Amino acid sequence: MSESMQTLEEHTRSDYKYGFTSNIESDVIPKGLSEDVVRLISQKKNEPEWLTEWRLAAYRHWLGMTEPKWPNVHYPPIDYQDIIYYAAPKKKEQLKSLDEVDPELLETFNKLGIPLDEQKLLAGVAVDAVLDSVSVKTTYKEKLSELGIIFSSFSEAVREHPELIRKYLGSVVPPTDNYFAALNSAVFSDGSFVYIPKGVRCPMELSTYFRINERNTGQFERTLIVAEEGSYVSYLEGCTAPMRDENQLHAAVVELYALDEATIKYSTVQNWYPGDKEGKGGIYNFVTKRGLCAGRNSKITWTQVETGSAITWKYPSCVLRGDNSVGEFYSVAVTNNYQQADTGTKMVHLGKNTRSTIISKGISAGFSNNSYRGLVKVGKKAENAHNFSQCDSLLMGDKCGAHTFPYLEVENKTARVEHEATTSKIGEDQLFYLMQRGLSEEDAVNMIVNGYCKEVFNELPMEFAVEAQKLLAISLEGSVG
Amino acid sequence: MLIIKDLKVSVEEKEILQGINLEVKPGEVHAIMGPNGSGKSTLANVLAGREEYVATSGSVLYQGENLLEKEVDERAQAGIFLAFQYPVEIPGVSTANFLKSTVNAVRKAQGKEELNAVQMLRLMRDKIKMVGMDEKLLQRSLNEGFSGGEKKRSEMLQMALLEPRLAILDETDSGLDIDALRIVADAVNQLRSADRSFIIVTHYQRLLNYIVPDYVHVLYKGRIVKSGDKSLAMQLEEQGYDWIKEEADSVASL
Repeated sequence: MSESMQTLEEHTRSDYKYGFTSNIESDVIPKGLSEDVVRLISQKKNEPEWLTEWRLAAYRHWLGMTEPKWPNVHYPPIDYQDIIYYAAPKKKEQLKSLDEVDPELLETFNKLGIPLDEQKLLAGVAVDAVLDSVSVKTTYKEKLSELGIIFSSFSEAVREHPELIRKYLGSVVPPTDNYFAALNSAVFSDGSFVYIPKGVRCPMELSTYFRINERNTGQFERTLIVAEEGSYVSYLEGCTAPMRDENQLHAAVVELYALDEATIKYSTVQNWYPGDKEGKGGIYNFVTKRGLCAGRNSKITWTQVETGSAITWKYPSCVLRGDNSVGEFYSVAVTNNYQQADTGTKMVHLGKNTRSTIISKGISAGFSNNSYRGLVKVGKKAENAHNFSQCDSLLMGDKCGAHTFPYLEVENKTARVEHEATTSKIGEDQLFYLMQRGLSEEDAVNMIVNGYCKEVFNELPMEFAVEAQKLLAISLEGSVG
Repeated sequence: MLIIKDLKVSVEEKEILQGINLEVKPGEVHAIMGPNGSGKSTLANVLAGREEYVATSGSVLYQGENLLEKEVDERAQAGIFLAFQYPVEIPGVSTANFLKSTVNAVRKAQGKEELNAVQMLRLMRDKIKMVGMDEKLLQRSLNEGFSGGEKKRSEMLQMALLEPRLAILDETDSGLDIDALRIVADAVNQLRSADRSFIIVTHYQRLLNYIVPDYVHVLYKGRIVKSGDKSLAMQLEEQGYDWIKEEADSVASL
């Protein structure tokens, strides 16, 4: 091992800084999954009968399914009866303002750096915070509602806007879609709902922070965003979890629905606990995210910076049904130590003149494994569809792996599909050059990595881009060679 | 400023420098010449602290301190600058951002106040003029897609901004046309001062038409076999290296 590699590996001993737990009293149901548990969850949330039945149908379907084995990740079997499917912070009564929120909870969010306080709201971020299973507080709601924008917890939306939920729930990701989506459909506990009315441009970034706090709980949240004709919304999602020795399951579903001329930007900075240096603990992040460009000229952009989780299994996708619709996927996926990631996207071209762009930047360090898996599908009627894919892998050290699995299904001859892929190592030459100009080794590595990820960071809202850069620096501290 | 004593350097277990002695005083310009493979670049790289170049014996004192135990970045912060023969491309990192980071990293290490954006811009504009670089290059990724001349200008710009105490030019003149050569020479000449020294590593004499060195040393088979003033460079230009090789080889075989 070269000297610089050694120095660099020493730097990797940085710790997960969101690993605290909070002493918040919780309402927790017993471990295990059954029809009764599904009913209990639905009942705790005072859901209408149709939703209870919807959950039960998903559960029954799930019973007949098997866990996918095709991802390039390895983990011991999950005991689904050993998971708690519902945990909510106990609260005595309905809260009217921030002052009434449990101070422990506020402290937790402060530690997370969540802008719950009014000052930060002025910066233009409206926040929905989901702790374990329940949405705790949605801020800035009044201001948004003046524009007819609905931004609320999923449970609240079920109560207040049942017709919208009923119409769109499962319309993009059906409950039968895959194993984890079916599980989520049966037991999802909360999440966020966004509705942007016709012609409205949402004036601020909407944001949700997800936090797993309770031990042995799974987190199964659901996000649904509907953008009506000619509307625009940019949505941000951030996640953290305490450090636990055991693995915790996170199986979320995100559905985006864009009508004619609507644009949805969905950005994620995922920093679930990745496990320790030996690979113990960490979150299993098995997530289904899909957007439907239902209308003409609609556009959906997924931007993700994935640094956390022991295992990541997610493929934020776009179904381009409307003519001239556009799908974009910008991703930075970082794995270090023993993390595993199998992530990518699906771009399904159904409408005419549909366009998609895939920019994927994988960074592997330590003993980790990082796979890009992407599907570009062009249907029979998708005249003049165009896809551009670029998948780059950056290796740090010689014990990690990078893999690329591109799939292509083209049924229309007019399609233009371009794919570029590169694999590189952080060069000793680059490091030497930057250090010769006076930068420390760490700063040099960060500069190189940030340069490599620039195309993706450019797609993130400013505040998030800065956070993402910091996160990247922390995740990779010194893991180069 | 710099005292090198009996320095031996190996690369991948092979001894390249076999005992170098050299003293560079403040304000002096030393040219290191020699045929290909004589160890010129090795000398430049070991002074800058490149990892593969291992000093096996001897010593290097820089401003009274043991240079060999310092890290690459510490040497740079202490005022050692290496102009690269092949400047490295860093995709996605704008030249401006890079320059700003390095200038402030060095200033910080030297206990000076870091420059703010306005001061930095003023400084860059000033130095850009000096090296005749196109300002648009500042917004491009560092060295990416730069022409040979642009890369060299960028190196000279960095040198001008970082204000080194000891600048080492590693065959900076290779592959340059006469105009680009003059840019490099002009930059060096403008930066010459009583407390700044230069080591100019070059295969050809032509750069020395524009930069007049105080001393010329000829490196051959890992040793300095001849030292002199600028007339030695002229002699090499006229007669080539063969006579030096013969002289050195006959001494060695005694």
